[in-house]
Amino acid sequence: MSEKTLPDTGPRARAEAVGGPERTQMQMIVRRFLRHRPAMVSLAVLAVITAFAFLGPHLWAWDHRVHGEIPPSVPPGGDHPLGTTRAGHDVLGQLMRGAQQTLKVALTVSVLSTVVGSLWGAAAGYYGGRTDALMMRVVDVFMIVPLLVMVAAISGTVRGGTTWWAVSLIIAVFSWAQIARVVRGVVLSLREQEFVEAARAAGASPWWIIVRHLLPNAAGPIIVAATLLIAVAILLEAGMSFLGFGIQLPDISLGRMIDDARTAATTRPWLFYPPGVLLVVICLTVNFIGDGLRDALDPRQTMERR
Amino acid sequence: MLVYTVRRLLGAVPVLVLASILTFVLIDVSGDPLADLRLQQPPPDPSVIQLQEERLYLDRSMAERYWLWVTGIGGNGDIGLLQGEFGPSTQSTTYDIGANIAERLGVTLRLVGAAMVLAFGLAVLTGVVSAMRQYSKVDYTLTFIGFLALAMPTFWFAGIMQSAGVGFNELVGTQVFATIGDGTYQAQGQDLWGRITNAFAYMTLPTIVLMLTTFASWSRYQRTSMLEVLNSDYVRLARAKGLPERVVIRRHALRTALIPLTTVTAVGMAAIIDGTVLTERVFQWRGLGEFFIAAVDSNDSYALMAWLMLSGTTVIVANLIADLLYGVLDPRIRYE
Repeated sequence: MSEKTLPDTGPRARAEAVGGPERTQMQMIVRRFLRHRPAMVSLAVLAVITAFAFLGPHLWAWDHRVHGEIPPSVPPGGDHPLGTTRAGHDVLGQLMRGAQQTLKVALTVSVLSTVVGSLWGAAAGYYGGRTDALMMRVVDVFMIVPLLVMVAAISGTVRGGTTWWAVSLIIAVFSWAQIARVVRGVVLSLREQEFVEAARAAGASPWWIIVRHLLPNAAGPIIVAATLLIAVAILLEAGMSFLGFGIQLPDISLGRMIDDARTAATTRPWLFYPPGVLLVVICLTVNFIGDGLRDALDPRQTMERR
Repeated sequence: MLVYTVRRLLGAVPVLVLASILTFVLIDVSGDPLADLRLQQPPPDPSVIQLQEERLYLDRSMAERYWLWVTGIGGNGDIGLLQGEFGPSTQSTTYDIGANIAERLGVTLRLVGAAMVLAFGLAVLTGVVSAMRQYSKVDYTLTFIGFLALAMPTFWFAGIMQSAGVGFNELVGTQVFATIGDGTYQAQGQDLWGRITNAFAYMTLPTIVLMLTTFASWSRYQRTSMLEVLNSDYVRLARAKGLPERVVIRRHALRTALIPLTTVTAVGMAAIIDGTVLTERVFQWRGLGEFFIAAVDSNDSYALMAWLMLSGTTVIVANLIADLLYGVLDPRIRYE
């Protein structure tokens, strides 16, 4: 790639070059990401699913609610391409709505938790000593409660309906600690390195060092953790719904659809498999995109390979 | 090291106390244990509700109730964590929370233990192989399997395994896999061989389900950290000075690459507890997962608190072990 534009400097020299214009760095990242085939395919698939989830309900004849005109328990085909439930839902309509709720919850949770978690973890790792100990005790408190169990207990005891926003908040409150812990571990070893010392000697403030030096160097682990967290959030929401404590009726989510079809896996498979497959595909694409981003962003791996 | 261990153990106490306050307040605020009774039609006599409130100590303030729940001072002898009493239950007057947990602990531990050991071994193995053969067919296959497992909702996968087990049984004509129940009752009065085959029949499917959901993320971390180490200067040096590849991988690379995994495993402990709840529900085990769901369903706050304290303590111990292993595995980290 770079041989054509810069014949006298290899990619290695460019990656190691000091103080190059920031745009070039960004361009390199974008180019590396575009070359990552699984990530690009995943991005396309995810775009299609997003359109399906957010535009689909406007175009499709049936929504996720029960309708008297819908015949019960019809196998896929004809007016209802994915069949109907016993109560009279159109499965395709349910699927669109379910995917939409899932995506909204996952994105909200990931953004909230990653921002809070990485700043918290980096600050704890950088300051060290008593600050670190105190901040990590707080993290520990959130870490020792199993996520699904905790969010299920909280939203399960709240009687009378939980919206996607409430579900996201409950999940986010308990999931930022994981990111904080990962980031702190990375920062602990980074802060002893020369470039941090150099920045400190040049008079950089702690926050400048954290935001401009430590966090970019921890980008790889943060992105791996953040994408894992998107998938975790999706699965958490699904798990909550499966236990009956997530988004409540008449609204629907993919996990709830699976729970409703739990006993129908063999008798009416069109109810059981579509929501599960869609969940798996969403999580799969998100993880592949994260993988592509990591390869594109991690400067150390880049130096070694490209 | 010893000083550090003791300090961490002492440090775990305030964390547990803080966590207990946090969960107690959240559970207390989010739900009313007597909600179902109050909504009953026809409305129950006020004296019935008052009696229940007194029995569940709901006539006291939240702070008093927390203090009572911890110490049991001023209670009716059925409450007080420090005295080994977990509190009264909403489910019935004779429902003993502690005895119920003890009864179910074995069932759940069996599942968790088997799944964890298998998952850890498989994760290290696949992670290392993937990293050593980076960008080969093996790596791509393992990575894809890992991604697939990571993307799989536990309960959906459990459902598939369950119907696959039923299908397999029909195919061979005998019941190889049991798909419902934990097999405790069936194992009673059997000889050793009978117990082993019984355990195999009941445990195989749930263990595979629980293992696959945790193994994937561990394997990803193992691959990432192994790659980082394999690209480092000291591994290049070890190779340059002519050490056999086996020694380079085992002594130099793997030892360092295992460090991040210790943390991830401790974090995974909580995920495994989550997975257990889901797996037990699908396979209808009478374990701690079922206990938990029953507690949430009946607004049983003391049972919930007991459950959360138990799982919290488990995770704290796992984290402590991980931190200590950090020091053993990584000579760069010093605990002063």
